[in-house]
Amino acid sequence: MSTLIISPSPHVHSGDSVKKNMYGVIIALLPALAASLWVFGLGALIVTVTAIAASVLFEYLIEKYLLKVPSTISDGSAVITGLLLAFNLPSNLPIWIIIIGALVAIGIGKMSFGGLGNNPFNPALVGRVFLLISFPVQMTTWPKPMVNIGTYLDATTGATPLSIIKEGLKNGDKLTDLLGKIPSFADMFLGEMGGSAGEVAALALLIGFAYMLYRKIITWHIPVAVLGTIAIFAALLHWANPEAYAGPLFHLLTGGAMLGAIFMATDYVTSPMSKKGMIIFGVGIGVITILIRVFGAYPEGMSFAILIMNAFVPLIDRYVKPKRFGEIVK
Amino acid sequence: MLKTFSLGGVHPAENKLSAGKKIEVLPIPAQVSIPIAQHIGAPSAPVVNKGDSVKVGQLIAKSSGFVSANIHSPVSGTVFRIDNVLDASGYKRQAIIIKVDGDEWDESIDRSQELKKEITLSPEEIIKKVGEAGLVGLGGATFPTHVKLSVPPGKKAEVLIINGVECEPYLTSDHQLMMEKGDEIMVGTQILMKALKVDKAIIGIENNKPDAIEHMSKLAAQYEGITVQSLKVQYPQGGEKQLIDACIGRQVPSGKLPIEVGAVVQNVGTTYAVYEAVQKNKPLFERVVTVTGKSVKNPGNFLARIGTPVTALIEAAGGLPEDTGKIIGGGPMMGKALASTDVPVTKGSSGILIMPDEMSKRKETQPCIRCSKCVSVCPMGLSPYLLMTVAEKAMWDRAEEEDVMDCIECGSCSYTCPSNRPLLDYIRLAKGTVGQIIRSRNK
Repeated sequence: MSTLIISPSPHVHSGDSVKKNMYGVIIALLPALAASLWVFGLGALIVTVTAIAASVLFEYLIEKYLLKVPSTISDGSAVITGLLLAFNLPSNLPIWIIIIGALVAIGIGKMSFGGLGNNPFNPALVGRVFLLISFPVQMTTWPKPMVNIGTYLDATTGATPLSIIKEGLKNGDKLTDLLGKIPSFADMFLGEMGGSAGEVAALALLIGFAYMLYRKIITWHIPVAVLGTIAIFAALLHWANPEAYAGPLFHLLTGGAMLGAIFMATDYVTSPMSKKGMIIFGVGIGVITILIRVFGAYPEGMSFAILIMNAFVPLIDRYVKPKRFGEIVK
Repeated sequence: MLKTFSLGGVHPAENKLSAGKKIEVLPIPAQVSIPIAQHIGAPSAPVVNKGDSVKVGQLIAKSSGFVSANIHSPVSGTVFRIDNVLDASGYKRQAIIIKVDGDEWDESIDRSQELKKEITLSPEEIIKKVGEAGLVGLGGATFPTHVKLSVPPGKKAEVLIINGVECEPYLTSDHQLMMEKGDEIMVGTQILMKALKVDKAIIGIENNKPDAIEHMSKLAAQYEGITVQSLKVQYPQGGEKQLIDACIGRQVPSGKLPIEVGAVVQNVGTTYAVYEAVQKNKPLFERVVTVTGKSVKNPGNFLARIGTPVTALIEAAGGLPEDTGKIIGGGPMMGKALASTDVPVTKGSSGILIMPDEMSKRKETQPCIRCSKCVSVCPMGLSPYLLMTVAEKAMWDRAEEEDVMDCIECGSCSYTCPSNRPLLDYIRLAKGTVGQIIRSRNK
């Protein structure tokens, strides 16, 4: 000992780190990745590898040559962005489109705002929505589940449950008949339906949710608020007119409801800081999702709902404060 | 069900290395240095001069205001000089330095070990006695005890809460005191109950000290109105507001004192000192100090005279380890890093924690990822991330609006932050500045 170290308290730290949280999220995404490979096979593998590699590479290149700052790729956040982007894409999407998506997600969605911690919108969703608007045909052509294990661009395609119902109702078909044309709820729960690569298996996503709760990476507030609102809103519509509106289970198990609620809406950077704020944020996402699905032009509204609510986060944080000590009178 | 406080909190590794170690009486050093500012409030005014001879327990500095405290000589000997010396806060402050000669106590102090249960003084006399004896909160806050016992007009105390929580990791002095001086603490509690005119006292102890809970519960059964409440381990449960919430489920409003909800909190060490002052006429001039750390040879609990240099305590615990990086006065969550081992033990010294070098340095700060963990753990329901940002930008109005003054500086936010952000450093800066702004506005 030569000199004593002087610093203000606290003198101990929990040992938690950005890396631990990010890699924790990646571990939580592994069951969904496994399900994705099981349902969509080779295509899902190519899409996932491309999206992750491109996201990490773009972050590296932008930091090295444009921003000239130390690289942050080892913190794991670019891997998550790539993984989530892949999960939000059809598994037969051409590589060059995926690369454009990763460039928009990392370049515009994240780095243009100053990198990790500063982006107002979920980067993966910025990339996904950019692709949806730019390449509407490729982005809404869905490989069929379980029959495309060895195929990629040549995958046989079909409609998703959400679009079957949406198109059918538009054509004046009866809801009861349409429900017969989609997979059973049990199949949907296990992921046997058309959709984006990583969104189909509710079970796998819920396992990831349980893991993140166990590791205290996220709290229950946002996912429960999102899914609870979707369920209640759908139940009310269904109860008002069972002929025209599908029930809560349908809305919970289809599209990006689970993936969005558990992994996209809970993104630290783009969600509120207080528990009350998280609930408001989640309710907003649930309401907008159902509004778009039921009354909007798109069959699915999860991505838009999250991005719209991302925009409200600063406002929510400004006015919705955590519960204060001394506020609760017992 | 185990009780705890309602908002936030963390659970750092407990590391109670010195738990169960008998209190050892530390030899009297050759020289002591007694800072005149070792409590919250006005520094005391020395009443001795260079060359005066003093006895153990003799008044050497007088309280200089309502919120201030008397200081008594912990040793017998000669006043060597009155000079500025480095104290635990890192500042040079006035201190009375006494060269020790023998150990001659003031005759009025009852040095017998016999338990004296009968309380003869009236409530007013008790408060006066506690004030004369120079008692301050021994948990670390060092707020003068007689002030806390003087219930302001219009307010009424309903319950006394004795703080045996010791939620700081590593520290065990309160724990060991409960094990060895349980009866004295019970009588001290009854004295405090009488002074406050309450018929109910709750001793709060965290359930990582099952022996203390059992021992104190057994003793409490023999004393009227005293109960023991076991509490779930959660930091900062020893914080006054958190402990009241945990024990009686009432929350002290922002900017108010515990008496607002009818509660008065005293630490077990203070309660023991109250017993000694009232029953044995012994002023506060010694205290139990935990000396501990991962590399310390013999972590332990030592009864040390105030003014003893920290070096002497470290020697008693087996000497300064090779790998020492930091020496902390107090616990790891709220203690102060000491600039030197020459600083003296004061009334507020609950522990000396010696940290190995590799545990002493902070990790590199990374950008805030808005994980909201600082918000979740804040026991006061504040937004530490936001307070840090507004402090960085010197937005003092906003810091005040976000109730920065409510922060109890427990450090849970900085402890938790995955990005190792110095949240509490900035919040302290904001508290200091906003405090000055408020004071000048109220002038």
